[in-house]
Amino acid sequence: MSLSAGEMRQKVLEIIAPWKGRRGGLIPILQALQGLMGYVAEPAVKIVSEELKIPMSEIYGVATFYAQFHLTPRGRHIIRVCRGTACHVRGSLKILEAVKEQTGCPENGTTEDLRFSLEPVACLGACGLAPVMLVDSQTFGRLTPEGVSGILAQFV
Amino acid sequence: MPIYRAHVLVCNGTGCSSNHAGAVTAKLKTELERQHLSNEVLVVPTGCHGMCEMGPVVVVYPEGTFYCQVKEDDVPKLVEEHLLKGRPVDALMYKGKETTAVPNYKDIPFYGKQNRIALQNCGYINPENIEEYIARDGYVGLAKALGEMSPQQVIDEVKKSGLRGRGGGGFPTGTKWSFCAASPGPKKYVICNADEGDPGAFMDRSILEGDPHAVLEGMAIGAYAMGADEGYIYCRAEYPLAIVRLHQAINKAEEYGLLGQNILNSGFNFTLHIKEGAGAFVCGEETALMASIEGQRGMPRPRPPFPAVSGLWAKPSNINNVETWANVPQILSKGGDWYASLGTEKSKGTKVFALTGKVKHTGLVEVPMGIKLREIIFDIGGGILNDREFKAVQIGGPSGGCLTKDQLDTPITYESLPPLGAIMGSGGLVVMDEDNCMVDIARFFLEFTQRESCGKCTPCREGTKQMLLLLEKICSGKGEMKDIDLLEELGNMVKNMSLCGLGQTAPNPVLTTLRYFRHEYEAHIKEHRCPAGACQALLSYTIVQTACKKCGLCAKNCPVQCIPGGRTEGYTIDAEKCIKCGTCFTKCPFNAISKG
Repeated sequence: MSLSAGEMRQKVLEIIAPWKGRRGGLIPILQALQGLMGYVAEPAVKIVSEELKIPMSEIYGVATFYAQFHLTPRGRHIIRVCRGTACHVRGSLKILEAVKEQTGCPENGTTEDLRFSLEPVACLGACGLAPVMLVDSQTFGRLTPEGVSGILAQFV
Repeated sequence: MPIYRAHVLVCNGTGCSSNHAGAVTAKLKTELERQHLSNEVLVVPTGCHGMCEMGPVVVVYPEGTFYCQVKEDDVPKLVEEHLLKGRPVDALMYKGKETTAVPNYKDIPFYGKQNRIALQNCGYINPENIEEYIARDGYVGLAKALGEMSPQQVIDEVKKSGLRGRGGGGFPTGTKWSFCAASPGPKKYVICNADEGDPGAFMDRSILEGDPHAVLEGMAIGAYAMGADEGYIYCRAEYPLAIVRLHQAINKAEEYGLLGQNILNSGFNFTLHIKEGAGAFVCGEETALMASIEGQRGMPRPRPPFPAVSGLWAKPSNINNVETWANVPQILSKGGDWYASLGTEKSKGTKVFALTGKVKHTGLVEVPMGIKLREIIFDIGGGILNDREFKAVQIGGPSGGCLTKDQLDTPITYESLPPLGAIMGSGGLVVMDEDNCMVDIARFFLEFTQRESCGKCTPCREGTKQMLLLLEKICSGKGEMKDIDLLEELGNMVKNMSLCGLGQTAPNPVLTTLRYFRHEYEAHIKEHRCPAGACQALLSYTIVQTACKKCGLCAKNCPVQCIPGGRTEGYTIDAEKCIKCGTCFTKCPFNAISKG
């Protein structure tokens, strides 16, 4: 979502408002920022830092500690290939390689045309369907390397 | 309240949903409408039924007919035959070994040995309807605690039950509660650890999605016993459905006066909040989890002080995991003695396991403590996929260990596993067959723990990194025999000197595989060979000329064109050019390609 600077400031202030004078808000705020823009953008973080009097370094420390937060823009579609144990023993590495080959997307990276971001994840909890991947919010199970391209073609 | 002559329960857990259970549910509703049965038959979306492999699962009551792998196109037949004409559809039923249809789920071996307590409502009720939970004796335990018992009596009852921490630690729950209850101060917290991060584990998610009120009730009972008036559920953001269900459940419970101010007119107040985790495995450790709730980096801190004395916001706090909390309501309503009658002398009650990997029936199983691994894998799980040879089972996730067929008859208890090098853990059971390389598995787990190490203490941060490098060296065929000794030394150092549970248990998969599968390590090092054929760098493919029919499929499919030859002279693999992708091996219809 592209927002003008004024709009963004307005939205960020709305996100911060319930947390003024309360503790424990940093992670929910970062989650909301990411929900708003798709990633944790520096200009938005500056507003949070000034308004809540939290040093930028501390916010950076928290944002980089957790796997959930991204500091750069991400693709339109997020591919999460499960690399959990159950998927691993049923061949998820080959699925991951097929996805990398099909999309040209590096692990934990984004394609240049911003079509896909690729994130291997520790477990999607759908072990009965191993190997599994999630594209946006759709789960695909019992994958084969050959079946990957047909699935990815649905996401433009 | 309208009365229905039949209920159709459709599993809407994550596993079945991924298999289009949503479309099946919608189709059921439209078909019932079309057959004018909407007033007689009710469709109930439920939580996980456990048998994820056979999803989507549909159960028709009052008969309890179990249908599996139901597709949208099967629905018209199911509605017309079973619900209109009263003739169950054999074709959609579970087929046992004899390929005869098994109509009732209780007769399916997968369910036969189970005893569902924590999972008693999962798959039976609509988790979004509090009244269905209440109808199954929900909130009876809380009413009993608030109405008839003092906080001390509640703690005594939990102590009597023998319940121990189901997150893996196995610390006696009643004793833990008594520490927090004894801490002075007007402000205390109870916390539910729903940051289920072990790869291959999904029991907590199924409880949260399938029976959220059991967790809320358990926490309210605990809060009353310990004198807390506020609680947090720390749930992984990767579990969106669980978070939605928890929010709904809390709102409903508040509306019904079962949470919030003056619960059941007893004067007891309890407010619950949900905190979404942000993706860090270490936050499953209780001090790290509390740091994360406070909005900081999730790093553990040394204990003492224990959370019972100084926890969240430096106030006395008590943390239990989802499964532990979900057991509490029934302990209160049915009594500690009832719970203690299940299981073994020191490990009471039941435990939920997530059975996955190379086993025929993957899914969630709840069994009495003391059951043997063999019973879970072969009786409940139906044995190894494709009737391959059982090799090992990884118990307890990345913190646990790999056990072999020699240990299949060990009863599973908190005490029996540590001497073997494994732990109960949160309940992941990953089954492996002869195609899985144990060195590769050890490397896989260490890759995970090394990545998830928070970096605060040196033994864990540096030790796991060095161990991983050694394992990668061995997997690529460059290992030396002294690397094995070094791995063992480093493993013991990391285990003994790390600050928190993550580091203290991270070496377990390496140490157990070294203990039980040392010959596989040695084969990698001395013979430059991976006995399971899993480590790519050590593989070589050759064509067995006697079995080859010269069809040319291998050459046609080879991505790097390294199989020269023709239909008359036959084919050979150019080992220099081969990238060991295994395409020829999988494409050959005559099994004429050998891997080794």
